[in-house]
Amino acid sequence: MPRLRLWWQLWCSQWRAGPVRMAMPVVALALGVALASAVQLVNRSALAEFGQAARALSGDADLVVQGSADGFDERFFAAIARVPGVAVASPVLELRATLASRREPLHVVALDPFRAMQVQPALLGEIAGRLRGLLAPDGIFLSGQAASALGVETGAHLEVLVGSARRRLEMLGRLSGAAYPRALGIMDIAAAQWQFDRLGVITRIDVRVAREANPVAVRAAIARMLPPGVTIAAPEVDDARLASATRAYRVNLAMLALVAVLTGSFLVLATQTLSLLRRRSTLALLRALGMTRGALRRTLTAEGVVVGMIGAALGFAGGIALARWMLHVVAGDLGAGQLVSLSGSLAVRPADWAIFVLLGALVAGIAAWLPAREAAARPVAQALKAGDAGTAFAHARSPWIGGALIGLGVLLAVLPPLHGLPLFGYAAVATLLTGGVWLVPAAVGSLLARWPRPRRPVPALALAQLRGNSARAAIGFAAIIVSFSLMVAMAIMVHSFRESFIDWLERTLPADLQLRVGASDGTATLESAAQEALAQVAGVARAQFRRSRPLALPGGAASVQLIAVPIESGGVPDLTIVRSAPATAGVRAWISEAMVDLYRWQPGEHVTLPLGRGRGLAVTVAGVFRDYGRSTGSVIIPRSNYVAATGDTTANEAIFWLERGAHAATVVEAMRARLGLGAALQIRTTSEIRERSLRSFDRAFAITYALEAIAVFIGLLGVGVAAASTALARRGEFGMLRHVGMLRRQIVTMLAGEGLLTGVIGAGCALVLGGALSIVLVYVVNRQSFLWSIDLAVPWAQLGLLTAVLVAAAAAAALTGGRAAVGGGVIRAVREDW
Amino acid sequence: MVRETSCRTLLEVRGLAKRFRADRPPVFSGIDLALGPGEYLAIMGESGVGKSTLLNLIAGLDRADAGAIRVGDIEVTALDDDAATLLRRQRMGFVFQAFHVLPYLTVAQNVALPLELLGVPRKESAARVAAMLTAVQLASDGGRYPRELSGGELQRVAIARALVHRPQVVLADEPTGNLDARSAAQVLALLREQVHAAGGAGILITHSLAAARTADRVLTLTAQGLEPLA
Repeated sequence: MPRLRLWWQLWCSQWRAGPVRMAMPVVALALGVALASAVQLVNRSALAEFGQAARALSGDADLVVQGSADGFDERFFAAIARVPGVAVASPVLELRATLASRREPLHVVALDPFRAMQVQPALLGEIAGRLRGLLAPDGIFLSGQAASALGVETGAHLEVLVGSARRRLEMLGRLSGAAYPRALGIMDIAAAQWQFDRLGVITRIDVRVAREANPVAVRAAIARMLPPGVTIAAPEVDDARLASATRAYRVNLAMLALVAVLTGSFLVLATQTLSLLRRRSTLALLRALGMTRGALRRTLTAEGVVVGMIGAALGFAGGIALARWMLHVVAGDLGAGQLVSLSGSLAVRPADWAIFVLLGALVAGIAAWLPAREAAARPVAQALKAGDAGTAFAHARSPWIGGALIGLGVLLAVLPPLHGLPLFGYAAVATLLTGGVWLVPAAVGSLLARWPRPRRPVPALALAQLRGNSARAAIGFAAIIVSFSLMVAMAIMVHSFRESFIDWLERTLPADLQLRVGASDGTATLESAAQEALAQVAGVARAQFRRSRPLALPGGAASVQLIAVPIESGGVPDLTIVRSAPATAGVRAWISEAMVDLYRWQPGEHVTLPLGRGRGLAVTVAGVFRDYGRSTGSVIIPRSNYVAATGDTTANEAIFWLERGAHAATVVEAMRARLGLGAALQIRTTSEIRERSLRSFDRAFAITYALEAIAVFIGLLGVGVAAASTALARRGEFGMLRHVGMLRRQIVTMLAGEGLLTGVIGAGCALVLGGALSIVLVYVVNRQSFLWSIDLAVPWAQLGLLTAVLVAAAAAAALTGGRAAVGGGVIRAVREDW
Repeated sequence: MVRETSCRTLLEVRGLAKRFRADRPPVFSGIDLALGPGEYLAIMGESGVGKSTLLNLIAGLDRADAGAIRVGDIEVTALDDDAATLLRRQRMGFVFQAFHVLPYLTVAQNVALPLELLGVPRKESAARVAAMLTAVQLASDGGRYPRELSGGELQRVAIARALVHRPQVVLADEPTGNLDARSAAQVLALLREQVHAAGGAGILITHSLAAARTADRVLTLTAQGLEPLA
């Protein structure tokens, strides 16, 4: 207890002596933790909502027999229902109905109400009394979210597009958010098969296994009878699909948010180091009075731990507020566009508090332990001596450890992904960063040693000061070097991505107009007559129709997009081909880079594409192309081969080249008038799509920039704290310089010069380090996260501006700290060592 | 800007008074003092009596409430902060108890600091630094860093720095407070010898009677003024 009291007294005296200085690391850590926890809470809330929705749909099912969007023959249902051990089998037709009034399709689940009541009682419980109504041939129940989004009430009519035809459905009632939290329509399966021209087809069978039966045996028995392309799995797999599809993006965001925490921990390191420097004689006195080395080390480390815990606790509270705001304002969509929370409800567990408080304590504890170790190890006699401040923490550590860390980082960067995530890539970034920061003092020392000595005394003193204290200067700059180098790396990565994306857009948008009917997996398509009619519209010089649809491959986490495109025999689609195979006979297919990573398909390989209802198309992989539109994989085949294999002559995408002088708006108007498909028909000019795509791209990375900007802000706080603390620690020196005739402004100029030089060197180090990290981000983290490649491109102007801001901020911080330090009491500082 | 002049009285203090709070009696008042070339004075006094304050006032580092201070022909109390700084640069040298030798400069660079500030050409500066280091018996230590020196050696560096630009007035505030008896004796002898050799005036503030006796004259500071040691 007495030791705790002593610690408390020492710590409180620190706060009394410099409340702002002491609060800085708390604020920095709080900011970092607020960001990290907000991102975590928002993503988890959105995922939880998806999970709840998925569980509502699968209900009490033990097994889910899942086909592609094309579905499979409903006769399999009767066969499966008869499998011994199956208690209930519930057939489902799941589709995405294209609405005439909206671009976004409506998720429709069509069920046999009486069987579904036994499998999904929670979903159907609310409409149990109205099941007879559900049997109406055009009836549909809507979830609260769907009804609100469509702006309809019970009794209203919805127009859906089936092929090019319009059908009317009547809204029978509304489900509460508790029954289903997302947008959904529920229909009777027979009615849906009729309305959507899917007679005899189902897409899923939910199976409840009898209590006495062996689920493994039942599953095996069902699996044996399934047609190709239809799988059986536990319902959790469905739940996990979205989690898996968005995991890379979520992990990337979490890593970025943690950068702010990491930067905050470097700020703790800088503050604590400089604080120990200021308190060296007090600490030496405690040692002289009998405090053991270990006790001193623990006491000083505890200071950091407490700062970390307070910062993290405050940060988590801020994180909850930030998460609520993000759910309210952007529905929890942090840029990926896939993960949106519609209910806006936030679930916070007490364990979350504990985890973040422990995280804060851990990083701040480590950051405080490093200087505490050095301070406790310092010989007492030397620390008590006046002038010891000059040598404490002043010298660079062994560069070998930094070199070894960089070597390890390079090794980690070449390792493959782990569980589909670039975990080794992140570890490589962290290791390279640590190694780089470790080497900074040695590099700065070596650089400054070669710098010619200025003739004028003020810059000469500034240079000599930096030469003598390169390690201490580097400690002060560690936080900004960490955050700025990561910002540089991110800026290069995002710029590289943007440039590659623009190039990809140029290639994928060769014509003047792009047309799409609903979603690619929606119910609306263009029949041959409609295609003919569009091609005949005045002003159209050439038209190309495509069929795009999902392709469910066995073992895939998310569906692959199959795109049937008119390709002449022997021709190659207009794509950014990154690898290709020698020409072969037979049907050729081009696959996106994600297919190589997810399914291990290689150029030259022969594969069979399951086209639904037992049909397959044997193809040879002719090449690998870049596809920034679909990270879950895409396959392009000649449309002629697709039509031959499926008999499906419909299209849902088209591109049009216009005649010279044709007015795009007039042509679009004529097309709309010809088809009468309402809002489901999306026609845009190429430039419009390019602009919208780039806007979406920038929006997706806005959160990235925001997180990085906050990390840099924390880093700049670190520069300010370091400058102020260093200036305070050097008041004795300033006092002496004032005595020997140095003007106050000369001292301030000297400090500004030191800040400027440190800023230039810090920014230079961060640029080199950031450049190296960007290579890992571009070629390892990006490739392994999103399964597509990008070409390296450096945004020189942006980096120049960022560097100028950093250097100016460093000089301004040094100037401000210097002004305060050479104020009133500086003369007395020559006696502070007595 | 301070004008360089020659004058028989290098430092003159008349009727000096200082108080820190209006509701308290002055720390001291009626201080009169005059020092000529080569004159080396020791001032003793109890703790808190204002010895260091007196030095600060003489150096233009603090403002007096009454009285006048002249260094040569310059009225110190009339100077603004910049002019007082330039006066210290040109005409004063300081030795502190805590040495205040810059750790990141070599011994020679530390000693050269006042010459650098005065803009003395590098060649001349090097020659004067070498001569000064020889005088303080550190001729071969110019390239060493302060961390390699003992307390006595550090204080000799500080003395060299205080005298290298040949100031008219050298102010030493407890210069032996951090030293052992042998080093203290060496430093005091050196200080006295160098003040005499430079022909300036020197003031030594000390608690030690033995240290004070190395000076030509010893005065005691009280609230009423300076009095000869009884």
